[in-house]
Amino acid sequence: MAAAAEQTSSQASHQKSWHEVVLQTLKRNDIRLVPYVPDRVLTTLIKSIHADPFFTCFPTAREEEAVGILSGAWMAGMKGAVLMQTSGFATLANVLASLAVPYQIPLIMFVSERGTLGEFNYGQALVCRTMRPVLDSLAVEHHTCTRLDEFEFIVDRSIKQAVTTQAPVALILSPLLTGGKVFDK
Amino acid sequence: MNDAANTPARNTKVMNRFDLTSRLVAKLNNEEAVIGGIGNTNFDLWATGHRPQNFYMLGSMGLAFPIALGVALAQPKRHVFALEGDGSLLMQMGCLSTIATLRPANLTMIVMDNGVYQITGAQPTPAAATTDLVAVALGCGLASSAWAADEEDFERLIEQSLSASEPTLIGVRIDDKAGVGATRRDPVQLREQFMLGMGVREAM
Repeated sequence: MAAAAEQTSSQASHQKSWHEVVLQTLKRNDIRLVPYVPDRVLTTLIKSIHADPFFTCFPTAREEEAVGILSGAWMAGMKGAVLMQTSGFATLANVLASLAVPYQIPLIMFVSERGTLGEFNYGQALVCRTMRPVLDSLAVEHHTCTRLDEFEFIVDRSIKQAVTTQAPVALILSPLLTGGKVFDK
Repeated sequence: MNDAANTPARNTKVMNRFDLTSRLVAKLNNEEAVIGGIGNTNFDLWATGHRPQNFYMLGSMGLAFPIALGVALAQPKRHVFALEGDGSLLMQMGCLSTIATLRPANLTMIVMDNGVYQITGAQPTPAAATTDLVAVALGCGLASSAWAADEEDFERLIEQSLSASEPTLIGVRIDDKAGVGATRRDPVQLREQFMLGMGVREAM
C-alpha cells in the first residue's frame, strides 16, 4: 500500500502523456501482445512498447492479420491489443463481422483518427466517415478519446469491459488528444 | 510465357484433402492445436472427427495462419498446425513475412493447393498457372518450406516439423473434390470448445 501511495504522489507531479497512459494501462490489464500497422501519431507509443520487454510487439502486413493473431492468442490465453490508423480500420468490416463479433472475441483496437480536425488528404477525410457507421452497424462499443484527464478512465474501463463481456471495443484517438498529423511544409 | 508444367508443384502427386487431413490428425498425440481455414479446409477437418483442440473458421478468409500464429505465441509449448487453401493464402500472403520474422518453432502451416476456388464453382485462382506458393514462402524467409511429393512424404514432413527449430510450411497439391463434412455453424460453441481444448477455460 505504501508503495502504491508513493507511486500516486510521484505521478501527481508529472502529467502523463496520452501514450504513457496507454502503455501503463495495457500493462496493468496484462495486455502483452501488441501487433500494429503504424501511423505517425502512434510513433512514440510504438517505440516505447517495443522498448518494454513486458510486451510482444511487432508490425503486421495488414490490420486483418493482426485481428487474426489477437483472436488466436486470446483463445489460447494471452491478451493483446492492435494499433492502427483510420484507413486501416476501414479494411476490417469483414473480419469484425465474421470473426471478432460472432465468435465473441474481446478485440481491443486503438485507432489513431485521421481525416478530421485539420486533415490535408481528402481520401483520409472520406474514409474516416466510414468508421463509426461500420462500428455502429455491428453494435461494436467505441469511444472517441479527446481529453487527457478522462483518457485513463476510458482506456482502463473499456479494456475491462471488452474482456469481461467478450466483445470488441474501438478506442478512437482524436487529434484533440494526440495533436494529430498536420501538413507541415 | 509461364508454363504450369515447369513449376516444382507440378512434379508432385495430386492428393486428397480429406485423406491428408486424416493422416495429419492420426499423428497427433500431444493435444496439438489445429486451425482449419475457411470452407473445405475446415469441413474436412471436422469430418476427421471433432477434437477440442480444433478451431474452425466460418469466415475471415485468409486468417488461418494468423490465428495459428496467435495460438503459437500464446502457448509456445504446444505445437500448432494450420490448414489453409491456396486461394485463402493469396488473400493474406503478407502473414508469411510476419511469421518468418517471429519464427515460432511450434507452428506448421499446410497449404492445400488445387489451383481453384472449389467451393464457388472451381474457378482458377489468379496464381493457378503461374505462382509456386512454396517458392513464395521461401522468398518470405520461411526456410523450412517444401512441397510434399506424396502421402508418405507429407507424413514425414509433418513428423519432422514437430521437432523443428523454426516454423514449417508444407505445400500439398490436391484434387478439386469438395470437403466431405459440414462444420456446425455455431461460432460461440466452436470458440468455447477450442478454449477448453487449449486449457484456458474450465467446463461449465
